Amino acid sequence: MSELPGDLLYTNDHEWLRQEGDGIVVVGITEHAATALGDLVYVELPEVGQDVDAGGEMAVVESVKAASDVYAPIAGSVTEVNEELADDPEKINADPYGDGWIVKMQVAELDESELMSPDAYQKLLDELDD
Amino acid sequence: MPAALFYWQTGDRMGSKTPLYDSHVRSGARIVDFGGWDMPLHYGSQKEEHHAVRNKAGMFDVSHMTIVDLKGERARDFLRYLVANDVARLKEYGKALYTCMLNEAGGVIDDLIVYYLADDDYRIVVNAATRDKDLAWIRKQAEAFGVSISERAELAMIAVQGPEARKLAAPVIPEQHREAALALKPFFGMAAGDFFVARTGYTGEDGWEILMPAREAPAVWDRLLATGVEPCGLGARDTLRLEAAMNLYGSDMDETISPLESGLGWTVAWEPADRDFIGRAALETEKARTDRRRFVGLLLEDKGVLRNHMKVVVDGIGEGEITSGGFSPTLDRSIALARVPAGDYDSAKVDVRGKLLNVRIVKPPFVRNGKACIDI
Repeated sequence: MSELPGDLLYTNDHEWLRQEGDGIVVVGITEHAATALGDLVYVELPEVGQDVDAGGEMAVVESVKAASDVYAPIAGSVTEVNEELADDPEKINADPYGDGWIVKMQVAELDESELMSPDAYQKLLDELDD
Repeated sequence: MPAALFYWQTGDRMGSKTPLYDSHVRSGARIVDFGGWDMPLHYGSQKEEHHAVRNKAGMFDVSHMTIVDLKGERARDFLRYLVANDVARLKEYGKALYTCMLNEAGGVIDDLIVYYLADDDYRIVVNAATRDKDLAWIRKQAEAFGVSISERAELAMIAVQGPEARKLAAPVIPEQHREAALALKPFFGMAAGDFFVARTGYTGEDGWEILMPAREAPAVWDRLLATGVEPCGLGARDTLRLEAAMNLYGSDMDETISPLESGLGWTVAWEPADRDFIGRAALETEKARTDRRRFVGLLLEDKGVLRNHMKVVVDGIGEGEITSGGFSPTLDRSIALARVPAGDYDSAKVDVRGKLLNVRIVKPPFVRNGKACIDI
């Protein structure tokens, strides 16, 4: 598995989050999650404008073999969804940290201590391998 | 059976391993537990493996399946009693028969394939997950018939499937038997030295299932790899069989469900009427009922994915359940097999995580020999 992008924050649920400034964050699932799910065949996206609580269900990603919820890493409001995933959900497998982004959110405040640094997430992955 | 032949069955906290386990690991397989066996789920992309079988050739390690030889003067009488299809239909050497083995209540203990070798010599292949109960049941029923039951755990099995499967796999068949193997008609098998080759499978494509001594399996696997046969895991095996509408034991039917409600009525041989087989009386009663549930195919008309155990809702009639659901890589749509209430209707709704989505009722299979069998 390739190296984790250093400019992202991560969660226990194998999601990532990128800060774009002005309180906008981009959310996706990690390469580990995408690989574990296998080839993705369908993504259920939220409505733009929808408010989500931290830890609330925000989207669903479905692979050939299983469905998995995507949780909001922090509370906020959905400002944009990756419409291209509707026709090409495998973008998530091909480029989980880039074209495979899932949702953009407007958040009030971001408490980085609630999230994991690349190093901390790498440690989690290493433990899973053992 | 000599203990040395079981070298791959570890029996400790790890699952059992087939003789091809190391080959799978070398090919980058993601290994999962399947009924106590460490088996490959996929080798990278389940969808690509699926397409390889539909378009060219793929191979599956199915060595975990249980191969049993039945021999004895009354082997034929025994099988005519043991299973719901009638082995008396088998008259040519090597001919295969798909059938259910029922309990007295007409429920399915397992589904299996019977190969006819002679009136006193049959080979059957049953599921891995049901091995113990199957063998116990068969041995118990066989007592009165004096039939010998030998499990052939020392044999490995590779299924090579796809339009080019036989052509690409021919070189691994012992040379003096190669021509005969290539001439096998669908649903026939034959001994080929210490190999056994059958033109059968679980994908809806042409191909062979090749049985061989376990020690030879890794070399055969490598030769197939070298000729361009794609290694395929259990994931692709499941989407392929679902498209081909081939039942999966434990999902589509089990001991509480009869073949008549599992789309397997065609495997029950009612004639001759005087043949007594286990479960017959119960099936006769069930056959007379008019409220028997239907076993149908579903095509999802909306976006989403149908999954096992989702509820099917038929307006004004009742509810049913998806027995096998998933995504069809060939059709690029979600499909399912479902057990639904009796009645004449051609659409329904499925409860997909709280939303009622529209499905069309279709007659399975969805795909055969690389082609869609239903209108999208």
